[in-house]
Amino acid sequence: MNWNSPEEFFAMGGYALYVWGSFLMTAAALTVEITMLRLRRHKAILALRREKSARAQNAT
Amino acid sequence: MIPWFAALAAGLGAAGLWLGLLVAPTDAQQHDAYRIIFVHVAVSWMSMFVYVVMAGWAGLGLILNTRLSSMMATALAPTGAMFAFLSLWTGSLWGKPTWGTWWIWDARLTSELILLFLYLGFIALQAAIDDPRRADKAGAVLALVGVVNVPIIYFSVIWWNTLHQGASVSLTKAPSMAITMLWGMLLMALSFWMYAIAAALLRLRCIILERERNNAWVAELRELTP
Repeated sequence: MNWNSPEEFFAMGGYALYVWGSFLMTAAALTVEITMLRLRRHKAILALRREKSARAQNAT
Repeated sequence: MIPWFAALAAGLGAAGLWLGLLVAPTDAQQHDAYRIIFVHVAVSWMSMFVYVVMAGWAGLGLILNTRLSSMMATALAPTGAMFAFLSLWTGSLWGKPTWGTWWIWDARLTSELILLFLYLGFIALQAAIDDPRRADKAGAVLALVGVVNVPIIYFSVIWWNTLHQGASVSLTKAPSMAITMLWGMLLMALSFWMYAIAAALLRLRCIILERERNNAWVAELRELTP
């Protein structure tokens, strides 16, 4: 283990901005992508449901 | 299948982060700034790898006229673009403390930027064409032409005198870095690989639902019965 305290870990030997800037941007990008995909799927399914019920109403 | 790849991505990612941030020793020259390597190398590899896979699916769709192959290519593009962006972003954050600059028109950096533009061009071109089959074909031609850029990125550090360092890992030489560093990097790369498969399959499902909405089988999906 390289770190003696959590403060030391978060300071990254003075390179906190660069190291955490990289890791956090990567984490944020992955989170945003997955969230957008979930929304897109949800919207697609809702639209299909609406179309289906519209077709069912037209049939009767 | 998607939950399996997502679980693999999370597990390998946790192991990679643990090795990279907690176990791997501090670098003698770059101190802790080098820890950017654990995301930077992995996202850069993925940005090139995803492009080759995307061009492969696009080419397959063009030759065999299979719709699903083309949809797979379309599904991969945004994930690849994200990796290319992250490669430039983390590289810039690494360049500032070690080279003293956020950006330089170095062959490696420039060709990676071109890769990002190729992804964005592919997405924009497909979005601009209304007929999905024509969009598939136009995108495939662009993707296949752009493939020449991938070896240029990879060998740029050998062909030109670049500020960017040479390859960190080679198949033919024994690794010159600490074994925990190497494993941290490989685990992160595997994790992003699994993530890319999960994200692309998730997007593929959306594309199929949107494009095939007039097909009878879509109406029979159990997701549609509330």
